[in-house]
Amino acid sequence: MAQVSLEGIRKVYPNGFQAVESTSFTIQDGEFVVLVGPSGCGKSTLLRMIAGLEDISDGTLKIGDRVVNDVDPADRDIAMVFQNYALYPHMTVRKNIGYGLKNRGTPATEISAKVEDAAKMLNLTEYLDRKPAQLSGGQRQRVAMGRAVVRDPALFLFDEPLSNLDAKLRNQMRIEIKALQRRLGTTAVYVTHDQVEAMTMADRIIVLNEGRIEQIGTPYEVYHNPASTFVASFMGAPPMNLIEAEVAEQQVRINGYDGLMPAPAAYVGPVTLGVRPEDVELNNQGSVTFRVDILEELGAHRLLHGTIAEQPFSVLVGKDEDVQTGETRVTLKPDALRLFDAETGKTL
Amino acid sequence: MKRAGFDNIWLPVALLLPQLMIIAIFFYWPAGWALQSSFYLQDPFGFGSTFVGADNYTSLIGNDHYLRVAWFTVVFSILVTFFSLAIALLLAVKADKVLRGAKSYRTLLMWVYAIAPPVAGFLGILFFDQSTGPMTRFFQMFGWDFKLGVDYNATATAMIIVSVWKQIPVNFIFFLSGLQSIPRSVREAAMIDNRSATGRFWQVTFPLLAPTAFFLLIINITYALFDTFGIIDALMKSNPGNNPMTLVYKVYLDGFRGNDLGGSSAQSVVLMVLVLALTVFQFRLVERRIHYT
Amino acid sequence: MADTTLEAPAATRRPRRIRWETVGDHVVLILGSLLMMLPPLIALTTASHDAVTIHREGLQLTLGDDLGKNFKNALFEKGGFTKNVNGMLMLMNSFILGIGFAVGKIIISMMAAYAIVYFRLRFATLAFWIIFTTLLLPLEVRILPSYEAIQKLGLTNTYTGLIVPLIASATGTFFFRQFFLSVPEELAEAARIDGAGPWKFFIDILVPLSRTMIAAIFIIMFVFGWNQYLWPTLITTDESFFTLVRGIKQIVLTYTDANIPEHGLALALAIVAMIPPVAIVIFFQNWFVKGLTESDK
Repeated sequence: MAQVSLEGIRKVYPNGFQAVESTSFTIQDGEFVVLVGPSGCGKSTLLRMIAGLEDISDGTLKIGDRVVNDVDPADRDIAMVFQNYALYPHMTVRKNIGYGLKNRGTPATEISAKVEDAAKMLNLTEYLDRKPAQLSGGQRQRVAMGRAVVRDPALFLFDEPLSNLDAKLRNQMRIEIKALQRRLGTTAVYVTHDQVEAMTMADRIIVLNEGRIEQIGTPYEVYHNPASTFVASFMGAPPMNLIEAEVAEQQVRINGYDGLMPAPAAYVGPVTLGVRPEDVELNNQGSVTFRVDILEELGAHRLLHGTIAEQPFSVLVGKDEDVQTGETRVTLKPDALRLFDAETGKTL
Repeated sequence: MKRAGFDNIWLPVALLLPQLMIIAIFFYWPAGWALQSSFYLQDPFGFGSTFVGADNYTSLIGNDHYLRVAWFTVVFSILVTFFSLAIALLLAVKADKVLRGAKSYRTLLMWVYAIAPPVAGFLGILFFDQSTGPMTRFFQMFGWDFKLGVDYNATATAMIIVSVWKQIPVNFIFFLSGLQSIPRSVREAAMIDNRSATGRFWQVTFPLLAPTAFFLLIINITYALFDTFGIIDALMKSNPGNNPMTLVYKVYLDGFRGNDLGGSSAQSVVLMVLVLALTVFQFRLVERRIHYT
Repeated sequence: MADTTLEAPAATRRPRRIRWETVGDHVVLILGSLLMMLPPLIALTTASHDAVTIHREGLQLTLGDDLGKNFKNALFEKGGFTKNVNGMLMLMNSFILGIGFAVGKIIISMMAAYAIVYFRLRFATLAFWIIFTTLLLPLEVRILPSYEAIQKLGLTNTYTGLIVPLIASATGTFFFRQFFLSVPEELAEAARIDGAGPWKFFIDILVPLSRTMIAAIFIIMFVFGWNQYLWPTLITTDESFFTLVRGIKQIVLTYTDANIPEHGLALALAIVAMIPPVAIVIFFQNWFVKGLTESDK
């Protein structure tokens, strides 16, 4: 078990490209941290630097109390689950799981006992003598997990481990991984581009964009109080509505629209107004006109796509709400309004 | 190189050493030596050599026999390449089309690959035998008094036929695998868009096969230049006389039988330049091919 | 089809159409197969006749009585100029050349390709070019200087001189490099995290992963080595080092220069020279085709 701390970690490639800007944060012992962001945001590079598969250009990386910048991956006391699982195709499940132990000189009887334990934990016992090619995607995923678990490392690293599974298996494995990590109490860093995974699995989420940390926070904080328009639009499906507006005299006015609403913060000037689709109510006395173009049936909800004052906007309503395309009146919940700087996109 | 390579120094050096040593001794040294001796005139009795500059090269250009050999090599290469590619393409297209027996046809059409060129040449001697050869009789039916090893054109014809025969399997294998790698969906789209099978072939299949064909073109020219040595040597029964021969055969003849070291080296260098040009051409094609796929 | 009940009254079975196009395809393929098959087959039938028949009537299409005798003599009777080599010795030499060349090439080129692909080496690019330049010049164009080099090293009439210079080309290295590059990166990374060093990774993971590739390249290289002609012709003058392919011309010349040429014997020997490479190509044709087309020669 260990706490992981990054101090001013940076990655610059020989060609001058800066994949990760100076980054500092600390992961508490036993915490499940998810690095999330669009592809190319530097999340995988960050993870690979923690693993030791990528050199650290600058800064200090500590696992526990030890500075590990120059420690070989094999000696960092970590285990990693890869996106494509990276199982050794010519070895049986048993050998795959035990390979790391064998290389560390663990006695054969101990290896076999530990492999059996891990297999039992992951429901793999009956597959131990098969090769990876004879397993389903979900089973391969479990073997990759087994390979990580068996070594009882100080730190788990996950590199988009669920992205090769179909939607149903993904939901199931998400819960299993989380439960397993809880049970073992091992610190975990998990990389994904899927914000649903980030929301459901993380103790804390780190949102990255273009090699920079946009926000660090609990799923609740990141969802409800996004630090920037980037976070607001990246986290949550459907994403937060972002429309151009103007604040004056404690009032918000949507551009091209007359209605006024109380502003949540004291500010004067152009802003980007953010509101989650579920924080909008259909209301005949509402102050804003919403033009519904398309009605998307989601089962438990209905998602209405349309425009407010010519700007794209969507509203999430209950499944029983009776809606037609065309114009309707809505109210934006005052305490759900978020204001962002129109220039920088940072929260105000 | 891989993203996360190992950092050791001595292990990779040790791993590379055998290959580098063999290459240094049996490739760079001889190649450099050929280049050097192409500028010298070797005393026929082995008593030293004199620097003669580009004389060995200029005397090649003025040498009628060399030019004749060069001309034959060009004609030979073009004919061998064309016929072996054309026949192999026809067979590959048919083998790709039929459902029944496709695998057997593949086996039957490719196994000749494994026959050594001089052995193929020896079979040629029997088929083109002056008195009893069936091919000789076939040509006699058309009034051609076919005399292998005596008549220049007859010997050349036999060399071309045997060389084409020997090269069909390689081309067939590459064409067939090229055809089979064309996605099913593309063929099905073409079936919907064009009802003529011939049209489909020339407008859809053939362009998709073009990279394979270009690649094979180079392979076949290289084959005609170098790998036919055994066939040619067998068919002339090691008796050059008035027989047609390729440039490589002439290098061998002048260097080993004629003891004209400088001349032979100069010829080697000319061939090297030729092959280099071909290879550069090929690399550029291969690069393009990688971009396409 | 199951719709017969509905159309029962007027149901007449549709006549089975002969698809002339398909027939045409098969005709072309059968002709092509005959073109490829017949010469060696006729060689086989002819080899079953006695010398006089072949000399007088040429190639034979039927099986004669002397097949066994010709093969026995070809393999065990001492021939050649010096009369002290037989077919068996040449057969053995051919196997030594074919297998020695293939195995040597695979080992050396796998090691070199591994060093180039998996190590952070400052001179990796340089080594790459030094090695891959050799792809440019086949042995045939540098035959004379290569021979001189072998002679200076005193390696004429040795298996080393016969085999090692043939290995001095990068085809195998290029092939394995391509394959190693196609192995997922994560495999090496997982192995590093699992504590496997470079040597362990090579032996435990990479070599077993390459099994099919090794088999494919072995077949191609074996055939290539077996069929070598020019190089053995120069390097081996001592008949006890003759391979079948190298010896065939000499043998043919001595057999055919006799009053009644021993074509039956010569053909039998030619067939012996064909069988091993042909057999390996036919039996392992899937590997062979894979190796040939994926290595791009």
